[in-house]
Amino acid sequence: MTKRIDEPTGTETVGHEWDGIEELDTPMPRWWLWTFYLTILFAAGYVVAYPAIPLLHKGTDGLLGWSSRGQLAAEIAQANAGREGVLRQIAATPIDQLPGKPALMQAAVAGGRAAFRVNCVQCHGAGAAGVPGLYPNLNDDDWLWGGNLKEIEQTITHGIRQPGDDQTRSSLMPSFGRDAMLTPSQIEDVVSHVRNLSGKERPSASSTRGAAIFADNCAACHGPAGHGGRQVGAPNLTDAIWLYGGSREAIAASVTNAHAGVMPAWAHRLDAVTIRMLAAYVHSLGGGEGFAAPPPAPSSGAPADARP
Amino acid sequence: MPGLEAPPVAPFYEKRKSVFPKAIDGKFRRIKWLWMGVTLAIYYVTPWLRWNRGPYAPSQAVLVDLAHRRFYMFGIEIWPQEFYFVAGLLIMAGIGLFLVTSAVGRAWCGYSCPQTVWTDLFQHVDRIVDGDRNAQIRLQSGPWNAQKIGKRAVKWSIYLFISFWTGGAWILYFADAPTLVRDFWAGEAAPVAYATVAALTATTFVLGGFLREQVCIYMCPWPRIQSAMLDENSLIVTYKDWRGEPRGSVKQASGAAPPLGDCVDCNQCVAVCPTGIDIRDGPQIGCITCALCIDACDAVMAQVGRSRRLIDYVTLEGAEAEKAGAAPQNVLETILRPRTLVYFGIWCAIGLALLFALGVRRHIDLSVAKDRNPPFMVLSDGSLRNAFTVKLLNMESRPRPMEIGLSGLPGAVMWRDDMPRSAASRVLRQKVEADQVSVLRVYVAAPPGSLPQDFSFMLRALDKEGEGDAHTTRFDAPGESE
Repeated sequence: MTKRIDEPTGTETVGHEWDGIEELDTPMPRWWLWTFYLTILFAAGYVVAYPAIPLLHKGTDGLLGWSSRGQLAAEIAQANAGREGVLRQIAATPIDQLPGKPALMQAAVAGGRAAFRVNCVQCHGAGAAGVPGLYPNLNDDDWLWGGNLKEIEQTITHGIRQPGDDQTRSSLMPSFGRDAMLTPSQIEDVVSHVRNLSGKERPSASSTRGAAIFADNCAACHGPAGHGGRQVGAPNLTDAIWLYGGSREAIAASVTNAHAGVMPAWAHRLDAVTIRMLAAYVHSLGGGEGFAAPPPAPSSGAPADARP
Repeated sequence: MPGLEAPPVAPFYEKRKSVFPKAIDGKFRRIKWLWMGVTLAIYYVTPWLRWNRGPYAPSQAVLVDLAHRRFYMFGIEIWPQEFYFVAGLLIMAGIGLFLVTSAVGRAWCGYSCPQTVWTDLFQHVDRIVDGDRNAQIRLQSGPWNAQKIGKRAVKWSIYLFISFWTGGAWILYFADAPTLVRDFWAGEAAPVAYATVAALTATTFVLGGFLREQVCIYMCPWPRIQSAMLDENSLIVTYKDWRGEPRGSVKQASGAAPPLGDCVDCNQCVAVCPTGIDIRDGPQIGCITCALCIDACDAVMAQVGRSRRLIDYVTLEGAEAEKAGAAPQNVLETILRPRTLVYFGIWCAIGLALLFALGVRRHIDLSVAKDRNPPFMVLSDGSLRNAFTVKLLNMESRPRPMEIGLSGLPGAVMWRDDMPRSAASRVLRQKVEADQVSVLRVYVAAPPGSLPQDFSFMLRALDKEGEGDAHTTRFDAPGESE
């Protein structure tokens, strides 16, 4: 480490040498130094103005009072303010007129999707496919209480079998087996008949006996042909969808013990606009009914008779 | 080293040695003027060129439309998914630099670099306002009297005007130029436009007006990279010391006993250098090979009646040969050699590939995303339904009617989420607006018992071009169970 003056340039070396190559101690340009000093000044100012120095329990607050949490709150408030106009419009539009206003409907579906992911996925699942035997699938076209926008909004608002809400969806299937209204062999016959209704089983002596029992005990709610009734949330027994399973055992269990699924009434937990958006989202999942207005775009499809 | 017990203390900082390049005329200076005019004209004029794309697309020839994610360049329109064209152009630019550097050395630095072009422009402003080199030096060292203050004010105002114009031209590439200029002066342009103009005005003013050669020497990484691309066959500006040394004035040369070289030590090569170096010290990082020293030296050589090109563009190899007595190399020979030809070949290949891709690309596109949650759905009549998000791209600047149909999946029908299932069929029609993407949510239902299988969406434009696209995807079903 011997410093010396480099002859050709007259500059002092820093004293290092690698393989005969020495480094000159060339001074910095002045603007470079000033830039460097400015960064130091900036850093000092930054430390004073912003939260910077970690102390034992929390850091210094900084004179500007900035915090990432506060910034987030401000951004959320700003985003909410930006959505306010759309939300007000959705609130002011009767729900069955939403599909006639595509932009509003789109906003409602998007808002509903977000609300669904917070409030509904716990039971109905992220894809709204429900849980077989527990929670209905909201994607299909089978509805216990009705699948148009108005009916869905009503169901979400007041829930199903919620005590204390006089507009809630309510009905009760008797526990035919547990309450000894039917004997086990009668139940077997009814099961045969019901499975015959939906084409899952061929007619048999058992199903013929079951038909008479069905007419006496079940037709009042499920209809003489088993098509169900939405006033009382009685499922259609002739279609391919079985909320609680379509096997002999599952149907027998339903007749024996009955089911009475419940859903919370959301009127007290969510505001009316959110519920309206949720209804729009659920309606958009593929099973929505009641497309009163023809589709907005003239382009949307060939006439129904093109169906093969 | 005798008499140097205590080495002098190095100063803490080094003050910039001001450079006052002298005006010079000559072959390379004229090339530089010409090229400066071309590059500045390209920069300032391009945004004002119009290009008729019909009523649905902007009619600016070159436009980077960030808001709508389109890049227009004359007849070419690039969508975000076609960004490989831009990537290809960037690769061509990179290889182009390799090519130019290996062929003619640091021509980018000396002629084309914006820092060089604007510095050159500003130095000319200096000459117009302050006078040539000697007047500039006098003014710099003189007191701050009214004349100096006035000249500085005038000069810096011109700097500022040029800088502002430079920043202003930049934003015109990103919006319709005439509209933006009006909005800009009416105070109605986007804040980012004002911020960009301010930033570019400031950087042009500081970098071009004051930092100048220091950008090349201290800030720019490019000279370091470029020196790695040079080899012994690349042209660099060289002082032929074997011819010039020892130096001496014409008067000394006439009488002296030991014969002197051709260099008359007039210092003109230093005086004209825009980066303030002495080329006679040999190759150095500060040399941007602008060749103004060649012009200066040639002029002096002509005056004293000696042969030209004491300073010249020479390759390292050529310099060795010349030193040994060979004739000067033919410039063409140095440019046409395997390395440059390979670079040129690669450059052309990429260019041709891009042109080919541009020629065969479709102006219609179909993309399909399948819903995975749930993968399929049993409907009340037992049929099976899958949901898809279908995107139809119309890359033409006019609306186009389109039709999607199903291929495969016997018995299946489809419908959109905004129509009832009763309206389902095997084809859907949709008019896609100019330069737009139509996003449709489509339900496809297959008869009960259908098995999982592949099928395709077929897209066709219902116009005379009749372009089409297809997308094969999977229909999910419960399989053979149940």
